[in-house]
Amino acid sequence: MTNTQIPAVRPKQPAAQPAPAPGPSTRDRGTRLLATLFLAPTIVGIVVFTVVPIVGSVVLSLFHWNVIDDPRFAGAANYREVFTDSTVLVSFGNTLVFMVFAVALQLLIALVLALAVNGRMPVWLRSVFRSAFFFPLVLSAASISVVMKYLFNQDFGVVNWLLGLVGVAPVPWLTSENAAMATVILVYVWQQFGFSFLLFVGGLNNIPKEVHEAASLDGATGLRKHLSITLPLLSPTLLVASVVGIINALQVFEQPYVLTNGGPGDATRTVVMVIYESAFEQLRFGEASAVGVLLFVLIMAVTALQFRLSRRFVHYQ
Amino acid sequence: MSQATLSVSRTRHSLAPWARIAALAVCALLTLGPVIWTVSTSLRTPAEAFDLPPSIIPTNPSTEAYRGVFDQIDVWLLALNSTLVTALIAVGQMITAGLAGYAFARLEFRFKKPLFGLVLATMMVPLQVTIVPVFLVLKSMGLTDTLLGLIIPAFPTAFGTFLMRQYFLGMPKDLGEAAMLDGCGPWRIFRSVYAPLAAPGLAIVGVLAFNYHWNEFFRPLILETSGQNYTLPLGLVSLQGNLGTGSISVVLAGVVLSMIPAVAVFVVGQRPLREGITSAGVNR
Repeated sequence: MTNTQIPAVRPKQPAAQPAPAPGPSTRDRGTRLLATLFLAPTIVGIVVFTVVPIVGSVVLSLFHWNVIDDPRFAGAANYREVFTDSTVLVSFGNTLVFMVFAVALQLLIALVLALAVNGRMPVWLRSVFRSAFFFPLVLSAASISVVMKYLFNQDFGVVNWLLGLVGVAPVPWLTSENAAMATVILVYVWQQFGFSFLLFVGGLNNIPKEVHEAASLDGATGLRKHLSITLPLLSPTLLVASVVGIINALQVFEQPYVLTNGGPGDATRTVVMVIYESAFEQLRFGEASAVGVLLFVLIMAVTALQFRLSRRFVHYQ
Repeated sequence: MSQATLSVSRTRHSLAPWARIAALAVCALLTLGPVIWTVSTSLRTPAEAFDLPPSIIPTNPSTEAYRGVFDQIDVWLLALNSTLVTALIAVGQMITAGLAGYAFARLEFRFKKPLFGLVLATMMVPLQVTIVPVFLVLKSMGLTDTLLGLIIPAFPTAFGTFLMRQYFLGMPKDLGEAAMLDGCGPWRIFRSVYAPLAAPGLAIVGVLAFNYHWNEFFRPLILETSGQNYTLPLGLVSLQGNLGTGSISVVLAGVVLSMIPAVAVFVVGQRPLREGITSAGVNR
């Protein structure tokens, strides 16, 4: 990760030589030309499809526009509307609730499983488990949500049938306001925990085994060892997993869109669903942009807060 | 890459090994259960699809549901669209990330640090925040409702660039210096010395791109309005909308069909995929 190295392609010059002539040598010019050519696709792409659109979002959020008529300047009207529109407010609340539970659950499951997989077992078995937990990640969130819609059906779904075997009455997983959000979270966590799991497995492998041996000699065992040794050593990985997890969770779309379409009522409507609906279904591009800008601010704020908090809890070796 | 790193000190673990392994097996079954159910239900006749208990091995295996999928949606067209979009994005990302990663790792030029900072910062910008202006930019280029409109904006990849920069930084500098003393110019050094060594890193970028864009739903949903430009995930969800009651096996057969390439990538590209994800955490 270091930037301080000597550039690889500049000629080595003996110390005794006089200072190079002013102006770039032909070789330096060649390097610079090459750098320009190599960077052009990425930088132009990022400017056209990310930087300009960010500025565009902010500008657009100050206008009323439905694509057909000319844009009308709206000042802060779109933002005022956002803060009084109950659907938008509810969607921000839903998204935060979703984020808290989805990320907490995902990290907890991934951590426990990573610790368990790291215990003693045959190598082939370890790789079977690792592959199994990682597998849902390669599937599409949209098609998996289609599948889950059937599994969680109240009347003929397999989940309620299984619960029925142990005497639990059918649960309205997707049709009651209270259960729907929980179901969306479960489906999301089911697909996503493998990501944190892989990070944790990698992080655990980076902990030198001498640390554990020393702890065992000092008499630490089981849970105690995990809490006071493994977790602090794993904390940089935990930070990354939670930052990535939170950024992803704040952008949830496919699962609620396919499973519940935001319902019942607005119970599972998320911020990204609101952006999608107001821009591409109602053609209210200004309002949609205002919601987008607020989501961006929220993501930045949460991430910044997290890095601040982490200064106290993250230990680097 | 140690498999047995932590096993030495496990003589007094709180959980008996067999209990831990049994618990892991249950968790693995829960994780794979929905997928197993999907495959087995897709092989039942539509009439038997709702049977409870669901028989894991279908009593009368039938490919009727798969024929249903081909009757209802143009699977070949959707698969062709998905393949075209995904393959071009993967190749495009390998090229752009390889070139930019090399420039950031091994070339000297002005504004290197701020430009790299710009690339890193875009990793933080969610797609949904920029989608409205991106839609308008593509509209002004006449690229909405075309496959190109999905492909071109996906070429630059901040994460891929970062990954390839790390990859090139990890290569010995002496190789390039030796080539330079032999009279190689900067282009030859890249082309003949470093580029051939970058293949495994490029594979990671390609596999990650394939996995992400094969499954992508949000951008196609917004950009592709006419059915002939749909990709597989869009076709699947529309399949579900078309259906009345009683034939979930057809929907699930469609899901299985769309899973096949993703599973193939999982089998073939498991290692690069895992390394790509893990390095997201370890390198930062």
